[in-house]
Amino acid sequence: MVKELVCVNCPVGCRLTVEVENGQVRSVSGNSCPRGEEYARSECIRPERILTTTVRITGAIHRVLPVITESEIPLDMIMDAMEAVRQIKVQAPVNVGDVIAENLLGTGVNLVAARSMERI
Amino acid sequence: MKKIQAIVIGGGSAGLSAAVALKKNGIEDVLVIEKDEEPGGILEQCIHNGFGLHTFKEQLSGPAYAERYIRMAEECGVRILLNTMVTKLTADRIVEYVNAEEGTVQVEADAVILAVGCYERPRGGITITGTRPAGIYTAGQAQRYLNIDGYMVGKRVFILGSGDIGLIMARRMTLEGATVVGVAELMPYSNGLPRNMKQCLEDFNIPLYLSHTVTEVYGRDRLEKVKMMQVDENRNPISGTEEYFDVDTLLLSVGLIPENHLADQAGIQMDPSTKGPLVDDRYMTSAEGIFACGNGLHVHDLVDYVSLQAAKAAEGAAAYLQNGKPQGEPLRILNGNQVSYCVPSQFYPQDPADKLTVYFRVRTPLDKGTLVIRSGDKVIRSLKKRKLVPSVMEEALLLKQDMTGLTEPITIEIAED
Repeated sequence: MVKELVCVNCPVGCRLTVEVENGQVRSVSGNSCPRGEEYARSECIRPERILTTTVRITGAIHRVLPVITESEIPLDMIMDAMEAVRQIKVQAPVNVGDVIAENLLGTGVNLVAARSMERI
Repeated sequence: MKKIQAIVIGGGSAGLSAAVALKKNGIEDVLVIEKDEEPGGILEQCIHNGFGLHTFKEQLSGPAYAERYIRMAEECGVRILLNTMVTKLTADRIVEYVNAEEGTVQVEADAVILAVGCYERPRGGITITGTRPAGIYTAGQAQRYLNIDGYMVGKRVFILGSGDIGLIMARRMTLEGATVVGVAELMPYSNGLPRNMKQCLEDFNIPLYLSHTVTEVYGRDRLEKVKMMQVDENRNPISGTEEYFDVDTLLLSVGLIPENHLADQAGIQMDPSTKGPLVDDRYMTSAEGIFACGNGLHVHDLVDYVSLQAAKAAEGAAAYLQNGKPQGEPLRILNGNQVSYCVPSQFYPQDPADKLTVYFRVRTPLDKGTLVIRSGDKVIRSLKKRKLVPSVMEEALLLKQDMTGLTEPITIEIAED
């Protein structure tokens, strides 16, 4: 079976052609970097995405702090991850890259601050 | 009147990059004027990832990308005036600004870089009949409420327009627990990046209605319902295709327009195809010493290109401050077949820039075509292209020797094979 995919790794959005046989990825073409092939393989088995959202913060310029997972987590866990992240409250100051939640839902992936916020 | 060497109006992605590049090109006295309470501009509300692939060779969120430039600006000693609005600009570079500490102040600049960004086309800019209830937002406005101010704007959402902000907001509202019942797009193709179609709509099974639009809204205090209709090839609604959705929120992602009232005020010549100022190969506008960059020049799809182009505009401004304006009379760079706009759209054949990247967009999606760069009948270069879409900015490269001594305007066009 031949699958047509759009790589979501970056804004280039390469159009990938993936040959799948008996649930195994036989070949990937159309990618312009190695991450495209990686994406195509995981997309055909268990799709993964970067999660970006916000958490509540006190003592900062804004009421919410943007956060991002350090790498992809399974797409089928995204809604549960949102539920877990919604409970988190942090206090300023925060530096970009600070770990906000370690090993999010046992995925082995940390949730980190997407920017710094000083204490005011 | 106080004199400043270079004033950058706007402290977003374009303004910060321009300010840093001015410093790197030897301009000491650089002032950025920003209306918001912190620098970073629209990037601060674009919390999704995908920024910085070209500039930093990694994938950053919007705020992280902004923070890199804010640090660079701090490190090279750029002064940034926050909470300050520029209220007037004249062709001889007098800048009037207002803030709570100083009141209204006029300063004179040797060079001005406009990095003013763009605004969203509002409901009044398109035809939607009906009542005027709460619950109708432009997508970027809702994005700010949600990602910076921490407020949810609704529970059941319909989105008009498949531009990237609309798609990004479809996912964002879904993640926050809202139900996005559909996205309607007037054109027969999506206006967003292919990857956003995939990860923002398909991932969450949000239906996309191509060749459809919202024609009427209902509700007295709060939005209750929208009417969607299919449109024909002339974009006119077809009667009998009405469909209704019960929603409390309508997000509009129906176009971005360069913010140009300062340029207008200074009498700067505008380019009707970009709705921003017309600039030459140094990014200088028709007013000597006033330069333009970023989304206030033309609407970009990637911030990386905003940073890159803003740095080019700053190089142009630095060269102007050091050596004056280019020699000779400029010639135009024209939109040919299938090309909706070109930026920059002027060059100096007696004194061309070393290397000029002209950014352009196609009018309609094309599977393949040949990019042809010509001056009169003389073909400078032609290049095979594949998968051209209006939502993706394309580039045409001109070298110094390509432009030197030309007597006829350059035309950029796509030959359809």
